[in-house]
Amino acid sequence: MKKVRLATTWLDGCSGCHMSLLDIDEGILKVAELAEIVYGPLVDIKEFPENVDVTLVEGAVSSVEDLEKVRTIRERSRIVVSLGDCAVTSNVPSMRNQCGVTAILERAYLENAATDAQIPNQVVPQLLPISRPVHDVIKVDVFIPGCPPSASTILNCVAELCAGRMPEPSLRYKFG
Amino acid sequence: MPKQVKLKIDGEYVNATEGQSVLDAAKANGKFIPSLCHVQGLSGVGACRLCMVEIAGGARPLPACTTPVQEGMVINTVSERLSKYRRMIIELLLSERNHVCAVCVSNGHCELQDMATRLGVTHSSFPYRYPRLPVDASHPRFVLDHNRCILCSRCVRVCAEIEGANTWNIVSRGVNSMVAADLNEPWGDAESCTRCGKCVEACPTGALVVKGKAVEEMVKRTQTVSRLATARGGSR
Repeated sequence: MKKVRLATTWLDGCSGCHMSLLDIDEGILKVAELAEIVYGPLVDIKEFPENVDVTLVEGAVSSVEDLEKVRTIRERSRIVVSLGDCAVTSNVPSMRNQCGVTAILERAYLENAATDAQIPNQVVPQLLPISRPVHDVIKVDVFIPGCPPSASTILNCVAELCAGRMPEPSLRYKFG
Repeated sequence: MPKQVKLKIDGEYVNATEGQSVLDAAKANGKFIPSLCHVQGLSGVGACRLCMVEIAGGARPLPACTTPVQEGMVINTVSERLSKYRRMIIELLLSERNHVCAVCVSNGHCELQDMATRLGVTHSSFPYRYPRLPVDASHPRFVLDHNRCILCSRCVRVCAEIEGANTWNIVSRGVNSMVAADLNEPWGDAESCTRCGKCVEACPTGALVVKGKAVEEMVKRTQTVSRLATARGGSR
């Protein structure tokens, strides 16, 4: 059987969903049987590859870089999964939305800076006016809410997707 | 002795008392109809619209909590259309204010969160509004976080109907509606408040909470409100 090409990525998130993904313990062997992990924070490939079957996206879309990344992911993936509350609702990253980018940057880099106060304008990607859920900017096929979703929920979903089935929303799904 | 009426809910004959709401009759017969603004013992106001049911002969769904039972009524509580509407209501509630479950004192003990899970809401198809809303921590014992309020008006009703203090009201209209203490003052300045905390126990979300709670620590006791209502006698 041909292995499913699986990719994972994080945008504006805390990496907690990826921690939960790693928490599947020996389930990782099952995933390794069904899928080839072609891209992710632990994979040494810089460019998001072509022809990906399933991509798990953690985190909200908060910066110009996130937006670019998520658009590339959509173009190159058959199924995009919003993994966790930040991707699904924009969660904690969205708490800045009521204040505006300027206020946030000034608070973080000027008011709270001990020395050399300046707002970064190179290397660090520019923030978008508001932080948004992934499905606000691209089409998303599967939603797994949770902060983070439990390891078993993630494993079940990945297993279903690898088997070519769409996972049904279950009673284990919970925001927060 | 109040008159008994017979009606049909989801194909099953049930007995109810005249004057009872469809929601109460359904509950008394072990049926579950989703609801958020209803509390046993408080008046029904049809604020959340989750308990909408289909009544034979009527074109549009009606809220079960404000519809009195009638002899021979035929009611449908489950349908594709109702499920769709109920999920839409939850999505609208989630997108209207800033319900960031992950950092809420009521996370894991929230009726809105539980209802979303129960009704299979996995995301909001409506764009989030991200309104800028205040948090009122002026009260010595409690906090009011408008970000998490769904305007169910349970606090308004429990304060008026059980405590009799009438501290809570809802001011403004539509999307600008807000819960307000006394003459729209900081809660701590509201002279009518007896600090009884029934509004906190009745609140389904993390909008009214006990001061000093951390994430996931706030557990509500809504049944206490219902027990008090029963103890006082009289049904609403």
